[in-house]
Amino acid sequence: MNIAISNTSEKPIYQQLFEQISAQILKGDLESGYGLPPIRQAAKELGVSIITVKKAWEELERLGLINTITGKGCFVAEFSSDEMVKLRNEMVLKQMVNDLSYYKSFGLTLEEMIELLKQAYDFE
Amino acid sequence: MLALDVRHLNKSYQNFGLENVSFQLEKGYIMGFIGANGAGKTTTIKSILNMIRPDSGEVHIFGKNIAEHEIELKQDIGYAFGDIDFYTRSKMKTLTDVIKKFYTHWDDETYYNYLRRFKLDENKKIIDLSTGMRVKYNLALALSHGAKLLILDEPTSGLDPVARDDLLDIFQELVMDGEISIFFSTHITSDLEKCADFITFIENGKIIQSAEKEEFMESYRLLNGSETQLSQVREKLIAYKVNSFGFTGLIHARDFDSSSDIKATTPSLEEIMIYFAKREDMYV
Repeated sequence: MNIAISNTSEKPIYQQLFEQISAQILKGDLESGYGLPPIRQAAKELGVSIITVKKAWEELERLGLINTITGKGCFVAEFSSDEMVKLRNEMVLKQMVNDLSYYKSFGLTLEEMIELLKQAYDFE
Repeated sequence: MLALDVRHLNKSYQNFGLENVSFQLEKGYIMGFIGANGAGKTTTIKSILNMIRPDSGEVHIFGKNIAEHEIELKQDIGYAFGDIDFYTRSKMKTLTDVIKKFYTHWDDETYYNYLRRFKLDENKKIIDLSTGMRVKYNLALALSHGAKLLILDEPTSGLDPVARDDLLDIFQELVMDGEISIFFSTHITSDLEKCADFITFIENGKIIQSAEKEEFMESYRLLNGSETQLSQVREKLIAYKVNSFGFTGLIHARDFDSSSDIKATTPSLEEIMIYFAKREDMYV
């Protein structure tokens, strides 16, 4: 599991944690049954507060990405590839809606945006 | 279980007082206590430790009233007030021998483990210790008598960034197993952005808010807009500054209409403190 936290980002830290872990789960980097570190240990290692980690883990659980087994810890859930695609699309869509409001503020049309998106995609 | 439960403390002095100070800290977490100099942080801490007697209100530690169970509870509390200003010409070793007699659960092995961990040489004189070493020595003393609640007044003030980071790492390690709780005051808000779970903010003797850290920050919005926009929200702002680009002001999130076209961001703890202090000035 890879996590990089930015303290200067406008995004709350629990959100960053949640997004990075969920991306790794939905991409298949973290397989079902993978055990997440205990909350308090993760907080210490990442240098963030306990509640921040707790919130991120709770959000992952709420979306069904991880399961908590009392006394044992949190584990990446099992899902079919259909479910995985559905979850992934939901999350990406949410982010896109967010980003779109910024592009719209420049008065771009959908066609112009698609053209720019293509350029940006190849840019990397 | 609550490690610390402060209920409706009132204490009045001639020019200053605590007014209905209440907040709770759950066992196993870190709470930061912020406020400007003179806001009432030390008075609150001294009331918690029964070092000054409040006019009214109660403090419960692990469910017991400190005023009634002071001697028993102080075995479970470790506290430190920034500096050690007694026996400064003695060696640490000598001072430790005096202090440990007061504690029934003193454990030499734990003590020496912490000295090693903190790289402290017990043959050094107190006067020769750096600020960071004094804080660590204080912590070592507190932890060696099995304290479950640490109450620290400005433990990070006077430390350089590296020593501060080191100390905050130690705090996080201490709460890891969920047994120890830490309550510490500071005016260096970046300390809290890293490790605190809860924030209690005191201003002019009153608790402005005590909440989980992110919830605390998200309950305010920092607005940025033109002078025309200022007139739409002026009444609701906690405080604001005007410059040639327009204004910047702090508002309670509940008072802000998020569909408005005024640019709003989540403020930092420091910004929240600054605008509250500005509000006080505006009333004077």
